Amino acid sequence: MENKITIRNLNLYYGDLQALRDVNLDIQERQITALIGPSGCGKSTFLRVLNRMNDLIEGVRVEGRVLLDGEDIYGPDVDVVQLRKRVGMVFQRPNPFPMSVYDNVAYGPRIHGQKNKRRLDEIVEASLRAAALWDEVADRLFHSALGLSGGQQQRLCIARLLAVEPDVVLMDEPTSALDPISTLRIEELLQELKNNYAIVIVTHNMQQAARVSDVTAFFLNGEIVEAGETHKLFTKPRDQRTEDYITGRFG
Amino acid sequence: MSNRRSFDVELADLKQDILRMASLVEQSIYKAMEALLNQDPLIAKGVITGDDAIDRLRYEVENNCIRLIATQQPMARDLRVIVTGIKILTNLERMGDHAVDIARAAMCVCGRMPTKPLERIPQMARMVQHMVKDGLDAYVHGDVEKARQMCAMDDEVDEIYNLTFQNLISYMEANPHSIPCVVYLLLVARYLERLADRATNIGEDVIYLVTGEWHELN
Repeated sequence: MENKITIRNLNLYYGDLQALRDVNLDIQERQITALIGPSGCGKSTFLRVLNRMNDLIEGVRVEGRVLLDGEDIYGPDVDVVQLRKRVGMVFQRPNPFPMSVYDNVAYGPRIHGQKNKRRLDEIVEASLRAAALWDEVADRLFHSALGLSGGQQQRLCIARLLAVEPDVVLMDEPTSALDPISTLRIEELLQELKNNYAIVIVTHNMQQAARVSDVTAFFLNGEIVEAGETHKLFTKPRDQRTEDYITGRFG
Repeated sequence: MSNRRSFDVELADLKQDILRMASLVEQSIYKAMEALLNQDPLIAKGVITGDDAIDRLRYEVENNCIRLIATQQPMARDLRVIVTGIKILTNLERMGDHAVDIARAAMCVCGRMPTKPLERIPQMARMVQHMVKDGLDAYVHGDVEKARQMCAMDDEVDEIYNLTFQNLISYMEANPHSIPCVVYLLLVARYLERLADRATNIGEDVIYLVTGEWHELN
């Protein structure tokens, strides 16, 4: 299994406040890595490190190395727009653009210079199929995306991201606003997507982490307490703090 | 400092239920041997009818375990406590069945047992009882070392079983008229040997409970 992203000695500060402390983690190709931990433990901050979304927050300082395919994404000549194309992100609440289903998915490729109509049609269909949404929207591609259900909107956001052909998909609690059936559809989708992408998912739902991920990392107070194979972490964690958290006896 | 006090209470109850079941089974084994050694059909009968209570308790507690899995989504140690709980219940239930088997054999030999061929059967029975007790002690205290030692006794039981088997066959060859009776003693030896295996399974369950790893000790 190859490392897609290698994180070494990562420290992150919001001004004087240290939010991540000496974090080391390997994100592997074709695997789903789940990040769990209580609110404020740094897992979402860590996720945003991976495509430099924290750059948008004032006063953030990052130390350490984050290597994507061996290259430091915090290096001086990194094009952040290109980086975010390679490392895409899905958020907690589905956030489709207020435009048609088609235009939502075509948006990225157009921005990146794709003008060929037939090529765009192909990308839109392939992306919607990959996001397991095509069958539900094929006859309303030019209707507003805002008319879709929450679960469909979230899959549309995934299709929109796939359209720019990323390497890594980051997901920040992607199902916390969805009902159980939509949640399971997204989880099923993740299993298919992982054949082609490295996926990192932040979730508050421990059962979800246990269900979908190959590797789980437990964050606490900005540190990774324990990271390892999901089935081991949930049956016999090494660290008592992990045990306390996943059995609900935390704090 | 637990946020899951009611769940903790249920897990503690589960442990108590398993111990309750274990003590019924221990008694059953003890009584079955008493029936055999004293050739007392009444005691044997008591063991046979008493098994219903063990079976009922097993299903009651097992249902509880299933309910806890369905409603509490147990993880880590909680999950191991419940999974091993189910396995120990199954082993105990089968041990109860073997006690019944011994009681039935006791009824078949009542009043016509030659004294000599008991061989080392009483010794085997004592060892098995010892193993059951130690296995449950190890479960209660999460004592891996005790579980291992208990499992090591299984080898001794097997050895005695093999010897006893040979000796009983020789005895039957020399005393053909005893065969209809002694053949039941062969079975009893076999049931005791199986009981020791079941106790060993419980030892393995305890080791999994504590370490999260399965070790074949049989």
